[in-house]
Amino acid sequence: MLYVVITFLWVSLWFYLLFGGADFGAGILELFTRAHNKDRTRRTMYRAIGPIWEANHMWLIIAIVILFVGFPKIYATMSTAMHIPLIIMLLGIIARGTAFAFRHYDAVVDDMQQVYNRIFTWSSLITPLFLGIIAGSTVTGKITQQPKDFLEDYVFSWLNWFCVAVGCFTVAIAAFLAAVFLIGEAQGEKDKRRFIAKAKTANIAAFIAGALVFFASLYQHIPLLDWIFANPVGIISITAASLSLILLWYLLSKGKVKILPVLAGFQVTMILLSVTYIHFPKIVLLKDGGYLSLLEHEATGKTIDALGAALLIGSLFILPALFYLLYSFRKSANRTKA
Amino acid sequence: MDNFIAARSQMALSLGFHIIFSCIGMVMPFFMAVSHFIYLKTGNTLYKNITRAWSKGVAIFFATGAVSGTVLSFELGLLWPAFMEKAGPIFGMPFSLEGTAFFIEAIALGFYLYGWDKFNKWFVWATGVVVGISGLLSGILVVAANAWMNNPKGFDFINGEYINIDPIKAMFNDAWFSQALHMCIAAFAATGFAVAGVHAFMVYRKKNIRFHAAAFKIAATFAAVAAILQPLSGDISAKNVARLQPAKLAAMEAVLKTEAAAPLIIGGIPDTATGQVNYAIRLPGLLSFMAYGDMHHPVKGYDQIPKEEQPPVMVTHFSFQIMVALGIFMLLIAVLYLIIILKKKSWQNKTWLLRLFMLATPMGFIAVEAGWTVTEVGRQPWIIYGIMKTRDAVTPMPGIPYTFYLFTAVYISLSAIVVFMLYRQIKMVGKLYDNSDNEALTFSHDLH
Ligand code: HDD
Ligand code: HEM
Ligand code: HEM
Repeated sequence: MLYVVITFLWVSLWFYLLFGGADFGAGILELFTRAHNKDRTRRTMYRAIGPIWEANHMWLIIAIVILFVGFPKIYATMSTAMHIPLIIMLLGIIARGTAFAFRHYDAVVDDMQQVYNRIFTWSSLITPLFLGIIAGSTVTGKITQQPKDFLEDYVFSWLNWFCVAVGCFTVAIAAFLAAVFLIGEAQGEKDKRRFIAKAKTANIAAFIAGALVFFASLYQHIPLLDWIFANPVGIISITAASLSLILLWYLLSKGKVKILPVLAGFQVTMILLSVTYIHFPKIVLLKDGGYLSLLEHEATGKTIDALGAALLIGSLFILPALFYLLYSFRKSANRTKA
Repeated sequence: MDNFIAARSQMALSLGFHIIFSCIGMVMPFFMAVSHFIYLKTGNTLYKNITRAWSKGVAIFFATGAVSGTVLSFELGLLWPAFMEKAGPIFGMPFSLEGTAFFIEAIALGFYLYGWDKFNKWFVWATGVVVGISGLLSGILVVAANAWMNNPKGFDFINGEYINIDPIKAMFNDAWFSQALHMCIAAFAATGFAVAGVHAFMVYRKKNIRFHAAAFKIAATFAAVAAILQPLSGDISAKNVARLQPAKLAAMEAVLKTEAAAPLIIGGIPDTATGQVNYAIRLPGLLSFMAYGDMHHPVKGYDQIPKEEQPPVMVTHFSFQIMVALGIFMLLIAVLYLIIILKKKSWQNKTWLLRLFMLATPMGFIAVEAGWTVTEVGRQPWIIYGIMKTRDAVTPMPGIPYTFYLFTAVYISLSAIVVFMLYRQIKMVGKLYDNSDNEALTFSHDLH
């Protein structure tokens, strides 16, 4: 059962990165869209994510619940050490979720829309930035279970080059996913070309941010390359991601967009797989050289069994319903487009 | 403000904020389902418009409820890491089931809000009902988690270790049923009176009377039934508290001295130094009777509770009184309203009735907040009753007062925006949903 629970944890993080990421990315793209195009970007986005945006963010809650029920020590340590970035991320989540609903459901359309839009786009950038920062902090080896010094243990544990670089990488990935997903949603050639250009820019940004992560890891003596290339899964997934990147650029330049979302999703999946596989089961590296492990710091007693059973039963309900939601809105969106 | 007080205040603020949205989120779908049902059966577009207008309100509330709930699931760890480290595996069962319920709710809401005109109309209606049922289920589950803090079951506590953990037993603790029942009814009463009050006000102002009168009737009927059941379930709750948490009962009722035939104390200012409750009305033997069904059953007072285990009596007692007083007032309005719709239809549009409902608009929610204050403050100094002190659970992170101020500012601004949006929603009813006041203006607006 422990492996069932861990699988669900991974899958919820994966789905959150893909769907939640694309969601954030749509806001980021809007932020970097020229004023006269903003409105069309926004409308395309509503059509694409409107019905499922609430569900996209449930993956984060599932991951958190799995952590605090199944791996309470990891949850408690992380939420103490990462207090400040978590607070900022939460403010981002509050601002973004409410602004999204407000701008869509406000009965009067007036200048308030500008306010909602600004809040929405900026929080779309800040939230994944801090998500990435927190993710990066798990492997920098600066987290401690006995925090003493405020700056050292509560601030520099996440405010360092490596974590910030991972944050930027996350932002770029989110924007890239969104751009690729939106190409298929575009109405008309002009918008399609616009999103293709955005996808290219975001991809380059992700590449640069990835390089930053690499340099920061050198600077902070984090053996990133050793981790990735010391095992076959890391090598295979990074190679597969690179190869598909070439294919992706080729298809982008040809304007063949049908399978692009699958390719982009595949790349992101490979990256997540390679970085999580290396560390499994040591999910948090601690300052004192120790670690928190999914296989050693799990809950005791019948908790894991009950949690696993709850997740399995839950997914019997959720997955078909979610699939049907996606499927039927895809169908009706295609119909309106045609 | 020290860290500990700030953490408690921030927790209370976040929960007190969230509960308003979660109540509305779990009850409004039922109102909508009724109105939608009438429309589908009769084809009367008035009810279609009510359903559409309400569904926009619900979308706003749902989003706010979702983000404030997300904040909570992190805040438990941000503020009480030591508590979550021990309690997570024990009381986590309802939370993991709740995850499924929330998910179903979010998916069904996607269908309901965006699927109108796209799918079979009864399918859309059914997804609305699913939203309500899964919302109600999540309410029940989360309250079961809270009930565990009041009645920790499902583990053995030996030498400071939590062993033999059984999360299923923990979920079905002795407090979950009475709390969940009470909470669900409270949600219906609070939301019902709030919605009815707003529509009563619009009828009173003679705006879109047909629309608002029909909406009022649906909400007021739900509210009335719930308000009549509320004191009954409250009585079950009180008897349960007497059995499981005598210190909380003493705080609620301001029982400073143990007495054989304890009086019910109404009002008054409890003074723990002298052991007196000044300026109070006393109804002899009634508390013994209400808590234990026996006029002469002794009720444990503060004199028999160790000083360091006494909950704050002032806050608990007053909150309890406020809740009960409002509960009784709502009960009276409810009885009156039911008599009117069953026997005295001619009173239905009397101004005084509308005024009465306008007066009751905030009452349910005030009672909800007061009720939770009773539950939470009355459990102090324990975070897990009898097992872990709240003080030992707080985060070591310094500077919590600042995050408390920050969150206070955020929640105040959010509340202001939500009220502002609601105001605009109601103001636009004439244009978007019901132009009977203004027939000359032919306004055909795409409802989506
Ligand atoms: C762990 C933290 C936590 C706590 C203590 C609570 N909640 Fe909550 N709540 C969430 C975590 C959460 C959430 C997981 O974050 C949700 C899920 C998705 C969402 O709508 O927010 C949420 C939403 C949510 C919803 C659906 C919201 C809607 O339809 O608008 C309901 C009905 C409740 N909650 C009910 C409650 C009640 C009655 C509570 C108190 C007694 C309560 N929650 C405390
Ligand atoms: C399932 C639901 C709930 C859970 C799991 C929960 C959990 C907690 C926790 C962990 C604390 C901090 C520790 C403590 O002070 O004991 C707390 C405090 C508090 N909560 Fe709740 N709570 C829930 C519902 C609510 C609701 C809906 C309210 C509404 C107002 C509320 C009001 C408060 C208050 C006022 C405090 C501060 C009490 C004090 O410190 O004196 N709670 N709660
Ligand atoms: C006159 C009747 C009422 C009585 C006798 C009553 C009794 C009680 C009692 C004894 C508790 C504490 C339970 C505990 O700590 O576990 C409680 C809590 C609570 N009450 Fe009431 N109550 C009444 C009316 C209301 C009304 C009208 C509302 C709101 C609409 C309400 C909402 C709540 C809530 C939300 C709680 C906290 C949740 C819970 O613990 O169940 N109550 N009530």
